Amino acid sequence: MGDETVIEVEHLRKVYGHTVAVDDVSFLVRRGEIFGLLGSNGAGKTTTVECVEGLRRPTAGSLRVLGNDPQAASASLAGRIGCQLQESRLPDHLKVWEALDLFAAITPGAADWRLLMEQWGLSEKRDASFASLSGGQRQRLFVALAFVSEPEIVFLDEMTTGLDPAARHVAWDLIETIRDRGTTVVLVTHFMDEAERLCDRVAVVEAGRIVALDTPRGLIDRYGSGRKVVFTCPNAAGDAAPELDWLSRVEHVRGVARRGSLCVVEGEGPVLATVAAALVGRGIVPDDLRVEESSLESVFLTLTGHTVED
Amino acid sequence: MRGLFKLTWVEMKLFLREPTTLVFTFAFPVVMLFVMGEIFGSRTLHPGEVMFRGFGALDYYVPAYCALVSASVGVILLPTRLTSYRSGGVLRRFRGAHVPVWVVLGAQAAASTVLAVVGCLLVWGFGELVYTVRFPASLGLCAVVFLLGTLMFAAIGVLLGAVMPSTRAAQGAGLMLFFVMLFLSGAGPPVEVMSEKMLRIGDFLPLTHSLVAMQDAWNGLGFNVSEALTMVAVTVAAGWVALRAYRWG
Repeated sequence: MGDETVIEVEHLRKVYGHTVAVDDVSFLVRRGEIFGLLGSNGAGKTTTVECVEGLRRPTAGSLRVLGNDPQAASASLAGRIGCQLQESRLPDHLKVWEALDLFAAITPGAADWRLLMEQWGLSEKRDASFASLSGGQRQRLFVALAFVSEPEIVFLDEMTTGLDPAARHVAWDLIETIRDRGTTVVLVTHFMDEAERLCDRVAVVEAGRIVALDTPRGLIDRYGSGRKVVFTCPNAAGDAAPELDWLSRVEHVRGVARRGSLCVVEGEGPVLATVAAALVGRGIVPDDLRVEESSLESVFLTLTGHTVED
Repeated sequence: MRGLFKLTWVEMKLFLREPTTLVFTFAFPVVMLFVMGEIFGSRTLHPGEVMFRGFGALDYYVPAYCALVSASVGVILLPTRLTSYRSGGVLRRFRGAHVPVWVVLGAQAAASTVLAVVGCLLVWGFGELVYTVRFPASLGLCAVVFLLGTLMFAAIGVLLGAVMPSTRAAQGAGLMLFFVMLFLSGAGPPVEVMSEKMLRIGDFLPLTHSLVAMQDAWNGLGFNVSEALTMVAVTVAAGWVALRAYRWG
């Protein structure tokens, strides 16, 4: 990932009538990264990317995409960015090869669509109509279409919504393949696991604003409920449960609690290692010692006060 | 330009894969011509009776159904196509690929014009082969009038496609308009048997105007300027509103 900034959004605002869809959004995207916009439906993610793509005119704020204003330079940017739009189909009777051929014809400086068809594993479906494709095949076709322009940046909006778990994993692999080819990816999603698995950096969007922006790891460290080391208390069934208060004095431990027969040690950083060493030092060797990590899910809950489905 | 041609070609193929096209644009006008030809084709007029605007029955119906073909493309095919493109997000996808609105609409118009020409040739060919139809008085004039009518219905079709909330609504409205026009514009019962009320309603239907202009050009009455101007006016008005009302979805 280089330091070159490819997208610059400053104080973006978009108002429809009396509805403020995007309030005050600023962020930078660097070349080669997977940048995520994470939020619940209606948070303003799609409006934000559609402004960046040049499909919507912002009410206020400034936008630079590859150094250009996406509104003014929409034609010259067309060959440098690729868009996978949310909830958008192709005509039912359109065949796979016809779609690729068509989009290659309407895109200036297009790639060879036959190669794309090959690369995205669509050759077998060459003559299949769009309506007959499975969800995963459609996504592959959409990605191939977004790549017709040989883009430097691709925008993927809710790409895995409506896909079954297997197809989602295929889509994730696709997205990583895209990044590995050096293309910058802007990923819009409401799936926590997707953002956590794929994104280099994530902006959490809530009610038209970015409430946090960091790497998934950084977000979890800052807003997560910390790390928990969990193990079954020795002779928990017995009447004399061992005294474990000394654990709270171990380095990196913040607190010790009981959850039924489980002992839960809250802490941070290398807490697993220090707790394990201390336990072993006292001759306690639990065979189920493990770490429960905080996830983006809990980060989201902390930041917004609701889960993404609410 | 290459994009426009490609999109037009793809649109044509898509139209041909649509059963509605085959039924309303290619089959229906020919079937209507067969029915009218069988009923009126060999009928002799009573002395002093004026029917079919003074033309032969087939010379009345063949140009009428050429005009009907354009109407079927405009009010049935186009609105359904455009609304389904909008609700399915196809238009947004085109927009995402930075395809200008005029290319999308231009390709639709061009593809539907080609389809209309094919439908028109089918009607004419059927009339020539099965019945006796006079050769058009002026092929060039017929072509011009036919094109004006096709453009008018294309504009009406885009308008319906732009304002109708859903594909089903567009389909319903289009079919309704199509059949009302069929019966009240002189393409069903000839104008001479229509009541005053029917004729008055017919005056407001676009098909009446393209149909009369087509019959005139076909039968040697020349270029019907007032009907042509009416068609141009409807085209401009509908097209202007349509472009303003057009939404990408």
